Amino acid sequence: MKSLFKYLLSYVVPIVVALAIIVVVFYFISRNSEPKLQWYVVSPFNDQGLANLKFMWSGTLATLQMSFLALLISIVVGLIIAIPGIAKNRPLRATNYAYVEIVRSIPLLPLILWVYYGMPQIAGVQLDYFWAGVFALALSDSAFEAEIFRAGIQSIPRGQSEAARTVGLNYFQSMIYVILPQAIRRILPALGNQFAYMVKMSALVSVIGLQELTRRANELNTTVYRALEIYTVLIIEYLIIILIIGQAVRWLERKMGNEDGSARRN
Amino acid sequence: MTDNAYAIEMTGVHKWFGDFHVLRDINLQVKPGDRVVICGPSGSGKSTVVRCLNGLETHEKGLITVDGHQLTKKRKSIARIRAEVGMVFQQFNLFPHLTVLENLTLGPILSRGMKKHDANERAMEYLERVHIPEQAHKKPGQLSGGQQQRVAIARSLCMEPKIMLFDEPTSALDPEMISEVLDVMLELAEEGMTMVVVTHEMGFARKAADMMVFMDEGEIVETGNPQQFFENPTTDRCRQFLNQILQR
Repeated sequence: MKSLFKYLLSYVVPIVVALAIIVVVFYFISRNSEPKLQWYVVSPFNDQGLANLKFMWSGTLATLQMSFLALLISIVVGLIIAIPGIAKNRPLRATNYAYVEIVRSIPLLPLILWVYYGMPQIAGVQLDYFWAGVFALALSDSAFEAEIFRAGIQSIPRGQSEAARTVGLNYFQSMIYVILPQAIRRILPALGNQFAYMVKMSALVSVIGLQELTRRANELNTTVYRALEIYTVLIIEYLIIILIIGQAVRWLERKMGNEDGSARRN
Repeated sequence: MTDNAYAIEMTGVHKWFGDFHVLRDINLQVKPGDRVVICGPSGSGKSTVVRCLNGLETHEKGLITVDGHQLTKKRKSIARIRAEVGMVFQQFNLFPHLTVLENLTLGPILSRGMKKHDANERAMEYLERVHIPEQAHKKPGQLSGGQQQRVAIARSLCMEPKIMLFDEPTSALDPEMISEVLDVMLELAEEGMTMVVVTHEMGFARKAADMMVFMDEGEIVETGNPQQFFENPTTDRCRQFLNQILQR
């Protein structure tokens, strides 16, 4: 009970207060706007508004599915790319370096367009817009994940892998059972960041027509033409999703933070 | 391995870190069951000698033979030698995310293919031997330094090595915890374990060592049995070092 109170106090209250401030400020600057704001188009308290909201909200699943799949793929690929980055072997390190530098230099929006419109032309591969989105997001993010993993692995003291080797573990066993469990705990906040970033960047996939949150908002806007109201709701939708993800990551962090039996700092 | 073979034999071993010549012509023979204590000022290369013996460092010149097998850069040769050699580090290097018991069983299960149940049984046996069976289910972070180092010793013993290497095992410990670790090491010595110990604990050396080795600037300056070594060091450098260290 006490811990729930503490949790509310340190995580929920600051966010609620900050949002309240934003709403108040927004209210005052928009009070005399011309033409008047028409919130009823996205109000749950009338039939049309509720239908509009439901229409907008119907993109959630696509956004979540796409971000989550892309995250999973980019974590796996990122890890595979990170491992040669810490090798003694120079060509292996060079491979990692080239991949990371090139992939992270490609802007996401052109990459999405290139994958969706370009790949059928050169490779005969036509992905539907969902998988094109997943592919572009995952590819783009994998370079960042690779760097996060590399940093995490390199932050584990050398003595850990030396001890693992002296009790007979080979390279991969020591990675999987000794180094990565410790590294992942350390990079959890960074992985959480990437997830939030991924959810936001998935909005760009709306340009090729996937009916996720942003696309739905655009579609609604072309019929009712209330941009400010609709895009405000859209932002709130992303806000809610990412706040929930943030809480989940923090919960995971707390849970894993106690794993070595030491008290968490803060 | 033949009857009169050495457990460890180093012949003309040299090592460089870049331009820095860390080991110069190291020659050392250790018979099975021998306890060798290596001492010397910091930077003298004594840790490097021990780390070379299980392939944590590679040597550039000379021969190292451990338990009859020559140590080369090949992965197979290193793996074979590591199977016979246990190592205890100054910083313990326990795995902080695993319980004490899991620390002990990880090696036997993964590299020896032991069943979990058998590995647990063996681990408890060795925890008894280092006198902390009651800590089996705690995480290393919850133990004192002395307890952690004893767990580290037990972790090495769980691999049932023929030779144990100790790299300054008490240097990171608070003074009141040193003796609990040294006691465990003495018990191990009494059981006939072949040991190479880098330490400044001369009390332990007097009680346990068959051979003393004094190193300075990458060379073995003096070797001898403890009595002769402590009473009558033949070199000035060694005498000076012993004076400094024994005055404390």
